[in-house]
Amino acid sequence: MIAVIWEVTSRVSGLPDFMFPSLLLVLETLFTGLIDGQITAAVIRSIGRILLGFSIATLIGLIFGYLIWRYKLVEDTLGFLVTALQSIPSIVWFPLAIIWFGLNEFAILFIVTIGATWTMTMNASSGFKNVPRLYQRVAKTYGSSGFHFLRTVIVPASVPQLLSGMRIAWAFSWRALMAGELLASSGGLGQLLDAGRSLGQMDLVISVMIIIAVIGTIMDQLIFLRLERSVQRKWGIS
Amino acid sequence: MYLSIKEIKKSFPLKDNERLEVLDHINLEVEKGSFVSIVGPSGCGKSTLLYLIAGLEKVDEGLITVAGKEVRKPGPDRVVVFQEDGLFPWLTVLDNVTYGLKIKGQSKDEMEKKAKDILQMVHLSNYADSYPHQLSGGMKQRVSIARALVMEPDILLMDEPFSALDEQTRMVLHRELLEIWRKTNVTIFFVTHNIREAVQLSEKVVVLATRPGKIKEIIPVPTTKDGVMPDSVTLHTEQRILSLLEGEIEKVLKEEMGDDYSFKANPVHRSDSGDMGSNI
Repeated sequence: MIAVIWEVTSRVSGLPDFMFPSLLLVLETLFTGLIDGQITAAVIRSIGRILLGFSIATLIGLIFGYLIWRYKLVEDTLGFLVTALQSIPSIVWFPLAIIWFGLNEFAILFIVTIGATWTMTMNASSGFKNVPRLYQRVAKTYGSSGFHFLRTVIVPASVPQLLSGMRIAWAFSWRALMAGELLASSGGLGQLLDAGRSLGQMDLVISVMIIIAVIGTIMDQLIFLRLERSVQRKWGIS
Repeated sequence: MYLSIKEIKKSFPLKDNERLEVLDHINLEVEKGSFVSIVGPSGCGKSTLLYLIAGLEKVDEGLITVAGKEVRKPGPDRVVVFQEDGLFPWLTVLDNVTYGLKIKGQSKDEMEKKAKDILQMVHLSNYADSYPHQLSGGMKQRVSIARALVMEPDILLMDEPFSALDEQTRMVLHRELLEIWRKTNVTIFFVTHNIREAVQLSEKVVVLATRPGKIKEIIPVPTTKDGVMPDSVTLHTEQRILSLLEGEIEKVLKEEMGDDYSFKANPVHRSDSGDMGSNI
């Protein structure tokens, strides 16, 4: 339905193709782009970046979350700071990143990471804090302590919240990645968008937008949502 | 004495630097292999006493020793069965049961054998690979008892373990618990607010007074060899405990609702016209 409206309006509107391309043209560009490797290469590049940045962010988030949960002093200082930092869109860090690392791979990686870190930290610390006292007591009476206690009780008990944190963190870093690539022009989907703009190829721009949406949906629905569901099923939470 | 509690004091901080005294000069000795219950009105500190023995809370003053060793922190020699089952939802029944054994560092075969034996004892052999949420309340509580017993603890601490269950399940579990107790000879320290439960299960009932918690009386429950008591005898013991507790319950209610409250004992509990001198 939407496809038909799109196709018809683009033909009737009289706007030139470089401003409002028809659906068929977009699909054609999308397929040739995927086949000849232009879009595919960009997708691989972007995914590689986000996987790296997101993994680092998750790790840092877990460590910060642990520290905030464990030490009152850290909670009062870092915990408060994180709340403030979380409200800064990660692209705002970009000027700083350029100065620190130059307009390169590192700068992009930096904002991708920072985009996800704070959300992850918040979710990890609140996940750890909400582990029922009962589980902690049970584990202690069976002689669990230290790292074993963390590994067998605190982390597994907060898995549901960690997963939903990762889901939001992923969304944030995905946005940051696109913004970063658009500005840094060093490969990836974001740069392809910029290229499409400067060449006046709106069909390419829209193709890339479709790819971005598709990847975003796949990650969210197929991976994170599915993980969440399987945990819920196992735990018997409906 | 096996478990010995000497001159225990425990208080919790309230706001404005005040402290709520929960337990005051508690002295108690428990023999190895015995079954002791603690009853008392709500808020008298009976669960706190259990947590102190478990090592989950620290005493302000006094000393708790088990087999001559002072209790400082929680340990697998004194496992607790809580009011709620406390099973880990991310582990299967079998993994829940072997949780403590893994910490002890036993071999895998040995662990599985022990766990299977214990699960059989609580009649749950068929559910070893289920997850806790697939079980009913009574089954979950059985698993948590199995998880405790598999550790072969010196003392089994039970904190109102059956109070969240329905009457039927509770009756069945009472019988099973007594069976297990006779089979394993474990020392059981049982906290409950249910007088009947205490009398039916244990050899000794400790009645706690409230605010601050003190031992009011220790009542031995007469038992026969086969464990089946004539109802009149248990009823008499129950009544004695109830009359001891009435004053305490009134104290709690007065504190909560104001001084004009007076708790009238239900005469049904007291007069027993058909009693032809069973308590002589």
